[in-house]
Amino acid sequence: MSDLLIELFSEEIPARMQAAARENLKKLVTDGLVEVGLTYESAGAFSTPRRLVLTVQGLTPESKPVREERKGPRTDAPQAALDGFLRSTGLTLEQLEKRADKKAEVFFAVIEKPGRKAAEIIAEVLERTIRTFPWPKSMRWGSGSLRWVRPLHSILCLLGDEGGAEVVPMSVDGIVAGNTTGGHRFMAPARFAVSSFDDYTAKLRRAFVMLDSAEREAHIWNDAQNQAFARGLELVPDAGLLTEVAGLVEWPVVLMGAIGAEFLHLPPEVLQTSMREHQKFFSVRNPKSGRIEGFVTVANRETADNGATILKGNLKVLSARLSDARFFWENDLRVAKAGMGDWAEGLKAVTFHNKLGSQADRIARIAALAREIAPLVGADPDQAERAAGLAKLDLRSAMVGEFPELQGTMGRYYALEAGEPEAIANAARDHYSPLGPSDAVPSEPVSVAVALADKIDTLTGFWAIDEKPTGSKDPFALRRAALGVIRLVLGNGVRVTLSSVARTGMNRCFVETGKIIAKSLESITIGEAADGAENGGNIAELLGPIREKVFRQNAAGIADEPPATLPKVADLLSFFHDRLKVFLRDQGIRHDVIDACLAMPGNDDLTLLVKRAEALQAFLGSDDGTNLLQGFKRANNILTQAEQKDGVEYSFGADPKFAETDEERALFAALDAGEAAIKPAMAQEDFAAAMAAMAKLRAPIDAFFTAVQINTENAIVRRNRLNLLHRIRALVAQVADFTKVEG
Amino acid sequence: MPVSTTPRSFQEIILRLMTYWGAKGCAVLQPYDMEVGAGTFHPATTLRSLGNKPWAAAYVQPSRRPTDGRYGENPNRLQHYYQYQVLIKPSPPDLQDLYLGSLNAIGIDTSLHDIRFVEDDWESPTLGAWGLGWEVWCDGMEVSQFTYFQQVGGHDCKPVSGELTYGLERLAMYVLGIDHVMDMPFNDPDSPIPLKYGDIFRQTEEEYSRHNFDGATTEMLLRHFEDAEAECERLLAFDPEDPNSGKRIIMAHPAYDQCIKASHLFNLLDARGVISVTERQAYIGRVRALAKKCADAFVQTEAGASVGAAA
Repeated sequence: MSDLLIELFSEEIPARMQAAARENLKKLVTDGLVEVGLTYESAGAFSTPRRLVLTVQGLTPESKPVREERKGPRTDAPQAALDGFLRSTGLTLEQLEKRADKKAEVFFAVIEKPGRKAAEIIAEVLERTIRTFPWPKSMRWGSGSLRWVRPLHSILCLLGDEGGAEVVPMSVDGIVAGNTTGGHRFMAPARFAVSSFDDYTAKLRRAFVMLDSAEREAHIWNDAQNQAFARGLELVPDAGLLTEVAGLVEWPVVLMGAIGAEFLHLPPEVLQTSMREHQKFFSVRNPKSGRIEGFVTVANRETADNGATILKGNLKVLSARLSDARFFWENDLRVAKAGMGDWAEGLKAVTFHNKLGSQADRIARIAALAREIAPLVGADPDQAERAAGLAKLDLRSAMVGEFPELQGTMGRYYALEAGEPEAIANAARDHYSPLGPSDAVPSEPVSVAVALADKIDTLTGFWAIDEKPTGSKDPFALRRAALGVIRLVLGNGVRVTLSSVARTGMNRCFVETGKIIAKSLESITIGEAADGAENGGNIAELLGPIREKVFRQNAAGIADEPPATLPKVADLLSFFHDRLKVFLRDQGIRHDVIDACLAMPGNDDLTLLVKRAEALQAFLGSDDGTNLLQGFKRANNILTQAEQKDGVEYSFGADPKFAETDEERALFAALDAGEAAIKPAMAQEDFAAAMAAMAKLRAPIDAFFTAVQINTENAIVRRNRLNLLHRIRALVAQVADFTKVEG
Repeated sequence: MPVSTTPRSFQEIILRLMTYWGAKGCAVLQPYDMEVGAGTFHPATTLRSLGNKPWAAAYVQPSRRPTDGRYGENPNRLQHYYQYQVLIKPSPPDLQDLYLGSLNAIGIDTSLHDIRFVEDDWESPTLGAWGLGWEVWCDGMEVSQFTYFQQVGGHDCKPVSGELTYGLERLAMYVLGIDHVMDMPFNDPDSPIPLKYGDIFRQTEEEYSRHNFDGATTEMLLRHFEDAEAECERLLAFDPEDPNSGKRIIMAHPAYDQCIKASHLFNLLDARGVISVTERQAYIGRVRALAKKCADAFVQTEAGASVGAAA
């Protein structure tokens, strides 16, 4: 058994690409080796900013010989067929064997592929891997044509066992594989030879390179925590930053510093974001005050002054950055304290979408919608409207201009500075949520109203202008918005008729698009008129009626609903239902159960819909449920067949006086009792009670089918029994559409 | 590598870079005599990165970014500043080491500082150019841009040029330990007449800030933009055969001058705040179209040809 060591040594690989590159290197090489018949015991991949490394242990020294027999044409077949066979096998006529096969004599090719040395295979596989490596972005350099993420300088490729190791002879674009590598760029730049993976890692460590990114991460994290702890502070966790920083250094040296007192009053989110985004610093918090008071930076080297120069330089850059942040904060506070009017004014000039108006137009729509939604979520309508009007103003602030990820967070601070109550300020922070599937759902009523209005406006807006998501394309994140609505509604048990909210929202968006069209029509007329009076006149004549229509529509506003509204609302609702199915499937609710409930009226009240689905799923999970489903299906099948055959609908007039058996009479009684129980239960949306009442039908239905034959000679009795089956169908249909349930 | 002493002035840093890159074999050129937004616009970079003739040049380029004017008050922002630019084609295998040597030359002791190559891909939408590389960090501060050109003016760079850009003021402030650019010694502080950066540029920053934001006549700028665009295309439309000299002369450089003009006029219009977000893209597209046409023309010339390369 042999061990393989590969190192691809290059100029600095972007940190964000290293993890995928490790996996790709491992997969491409090991798959390539296995494909041609080598086997191995284990493999591991590593990366630093300057190297991608693969070690494969327990590799077979050569591939097994392969013997393949292929049947060819008959010996009396035309020459063309024989030539084709020779071509495909790569053999000559003399090398073929003739064998008797059933009726005729047939050519056989016996192809022997000898086993190949591992080194030969590795050379091929590695060259192919390098040439086809799936970097997200790659480049050429110098006069070469090879592509790599950054210039590739050397290839180390060693195959060996206990007896020693040898370089695998190979080269790519003039880079010849060898057994040497370089140490740390500054601390130990000399090249050195290695003889095995263990020798490699040990020598790298002596040359100030920590090969394993996991080890570098652990080292950084532990050292940073210890340094913070020693000063009575705590490190703010940031897994993404840790991975990135570990991908920027070969020899991590953790340095901690204090933030200047003149910046400590800045909001912690501002300090954290500025330090992380611009300088890749970790934040260090004072657990007593909760304030961010320090930072941790990770250098790539040790120095004679123990990092004093490096820390001093970093502090200087930090001060410049935080001075900017403080400048933004102080300017923003002036606008905020004056009520944020400047920002509201500024958003009039910012386009949201050229068919949906400005950000200010959008905010006005959201505010109107939030006011309508407020009573449904227990929020004060005035507060919801005001919160929606303020929630996005921070988009014009200097701070959010610099750090877009602080939108909402800054909105909350600025709303508080403007003297708004907590509920309104919190809505500014929370109304974007939930963003991802694991993001928390807001629960304060005002926030819920604004969050719902924001997302519904986005959805109705893009539906109004036909910008729905298609396939994998969803540039406006509409699927996320719909899922957000679903989670807000279900998470807070909100009872809202989605279609009616979407309808007013959609109409409002149509008014907006109408305004924009009217405006552009106006400008066309003016522009053309200036061009030449004659043409301008003609076009004005043509445009006249269109403009009039658009203006009429706008003036009428919501009262005069565009014909497109209702179909688009219906389409949007089915989009919600699709997202809901995905969401509920992840929660373990069967798709047929969801379909059975979606077919019921009130399906745009998602809370009700889910309540029904949960009860139905629980019911179907019970014995009574399964059996009742069977009884229902049997009744429904018999009834449907009879209706088709007879061309009538058996839907009325089952009468106990035509009942001939006890089982029949018992079913009448059970259905009477069931109807009496289910109706009030449904009225109270007590699905559990309705299901329990249905469960009681199971025994009488089973007994009925066992004892009674539906299709009897007596036509009156038969009709009566069919009408009785209809009562089962009608009763069950009050709860859910059982025809959609599988099983 | 022996560590150099710390320089004492802005100009000493420039002189040391000149000496260093000159010693490494670069032709030390002078700034281009037109208003440009960055050293990349100098034809010694844009045009000379095309074709397969070897090239090595280094120069200072005064650069103008009208929107960055702060009336001389901001410690690190200027509407007129200096870039130091190096372009070597094909990019040599030891370009990173050559670059680090230049840091040493200006007094940055790499055994005490933390130098890092952090991913930063470069793209110039107005030049139709892009490349991959890094911003180089010194103790957390960006001191240079390091790029391997992949495409310029829509043409693949074969061979690839290596480009280094140093933001001179920022780098010098760091080396000299200065907090406000206007306080930086321009010549040696012990000179008979010591001059600070502010002595030379504070007033011009004020004047140009006012000019860029309020003074420049927008109608004239718009007109000149159109003129430059038309002139660029007109020059390129000439028959290559020159009847006067009897030579084949393509006016790639004069046409490119008009492209540079259009680009700067666009920047001024932008600073005047008369270009809307949607128009912006259209203007950038128009400058890029000119840059591409100039590149197309330059590769037809002797300096820009790919000699001996398969078409």
